[in-house]
Amino acid sequence: MRESLSASMSTRTDAVPAGKRSGPALSAQGLTKRFGDRVAFQDVSFEIGYGEVFGFLGPNGAGKTTTVRTLGTLLSPTAGSATVAGLPLTPENGEQIRQRIAIMPEAPGLYLRLTVAENLECVAGLYALPDAGKRIERVLSAVNLAGRANDVCGKLSKGLRQRVSLARALLNDAEVLFLDEPTAGLDPVATRDVHDLIDGLRQRGVTIFLTTHRLEEAERLCDRVALLNTTLRAIGRPDDLRQRLFARTLLVRTLVPLPKPARVFGGLPTVDNWRQDGPATYVLTVTDATAAAPALTRALVAAGADVLSIAESHHSLEDVYLELINEDVEAGTP
Amino acid sequence: MSRNTTRVLAMYRKELREYRRSRFIIVTMAVIPLGVVIFPLILVIALPASDANALGGDPLMILLGIPALVPSVVATYAVVGEREQGTLEPVLLTPIRREELLLAKALAALVPTLTVGYAVFAFYVVCTKLFAQPAVASAVLQAPNLLAQVLFTPLLAIWSIWVGIAISTRASDVRVAQQLGTVAALPVILVVYLMTFNAIHATLGLALGAAAALLILDGLGWRIVSAAFDRERLITGTRG
Repeated sequence: MRESLSASMSTRTDAVPAGKRSGPALSAQGLTKRFGDRVAFQDVSFEIGYGEVFGFLGPNGAGKTTTVRTLGTLLSPTAGSATVAGLPLTPENGEQIRQRIAIMPEAPGLYLRLTVAENLECVAGLYALPDAGKRIERVLSAVNLAGRANDVCGKLSKGLRQRVSLARALLNDAEVLFLDEPTAGLDPVATRDVHDLIDGLRQRGVTIFLTTHRLEEAERLCDRVALLNTTLRAIGRPDDLRQRLFARTLLVRTLVPLPKPARVFGGLPTVDNWRQDGPATYVLTVTDATAAAPALTRALVAAGADVLSIAESHHSLEDVYLELINEDVEAGTP
Repeated sequence: MSRNTTRVLAMYRKELREYRRSRFIIVTMAVIPLGVVIFPLILVIALPASDANALGGDPLMILLGIPALVPSVVATYAVVGEREQGTLEPVLLTPIRREELLLAKALAALVPTLTVGYAVFAFYVVCTKLFAQPAVASAVLQAPNLLAQVLFTPLLAIWSIWVGIAISTRASDVRVAQQLGTVAALPVILVVYLMTFNAIHATLGLALGAAAALLILDGLGWRIVSAAFDRERLITGTRG
């Protein structure tokens, strides 16, 4: 896929380099959508720069798809404002916004009686794209479906339909690309190919708004992530979120329990707190793990401890996600 | 070619491709005209020459049941069918405007309807010429009758299409939409039958009045249906 993507990138002439665009690619200020009394999402604010891959995470029913539909001009917001691909999100700008963006919905929504090429021809026509034939060849190559152009979509597997849906989203060289669960239903090889494709698009300066349940996918691909649970619970780089939510900890394992651990750990200025987490395992909360580890090692050696390991605890994006969602569950919101 | 035209043509082509591959549409397009044409054809072929003057009404009028019924079946599928298939959302996420989308769908229903309608009409005329008594043939195939057929076929088809699409934008599923579409076509069928059997006497004034009324309704249909086409309700089931 990498080779075909490179080929597809070389044919693109209308792309504006990311650095030459001014303002955010996508922004929302207090964006809210209600259906009667039911709140789909509320008070959502963020800014996404051109060329950024932005992960949009959240549990089922959090309002992710509704947010994408709203930014895609399919639904009108109840309150707040937004700009999409540099244009204010208003009913008058709907057509122009849709011309500049592409959305790959979670369900492929292909015409099952038509072939892959016929599906793409229709969409190319709806965008009034020039050189539709060449574009279709290019996007099919990019998703490794060059040989399946004449296959009827109804006879394709779920994974292949997902790829056709992705090809459809690539057709118009969108400035902002919304991908709603792009790897759902794909096998590991196809998933890796899609990840490579997203990397390639990022290099071209395409802004990607990625909705996903796969947290490892968000961690691998996204520059920043936002966690939505009707309201925006957190936004930032995965590393920043980890630091914000979890104190840095060092995990110390010794051969036998320390006779007086308080004397060893309590005297270290870099250790904020400590607790015993097993017969010979200690968890130390530190401000700076890099500064704390050497001092800790010296203190343990001086105390005559047989040290098995000193390791920094790693918190994944999944830990961040679960921590925030659990907070909501405990608070009974939303 | 303007962007608007390109978009309308893209959707129109897609619709025709889908119709060609849908057994239901093909069967509907074949069975309804066949059912409509059989009765008047038997009537004029079996009628003895002596009864030609007693014909009274115009058996040709029955053929107007084709443009009233055929497109309603196709048009009622247009929006709710896409919604059920899950293809409506990807289409609405493209730059196509609702007016363009509806126009493309209306055209895609109109073209096959006119093709079938005029083909059956030509078949009826040829069969009448060949197999009916000459006196009966001349009584049936009069210039005003033929002209009315040519004129009213598209006018009725367009009206029926807008009614069908309007139902399709509001219906919850395809089956309900098609049943409502058939019910909506019944008043037109009733008028056609009443004129066939001379219960309503067709005059030039009546024909011109009906044509003018249909022309206005056909023109308004596009605007009314476009206004009723609510993207938000179609996607979420809730009014925006």
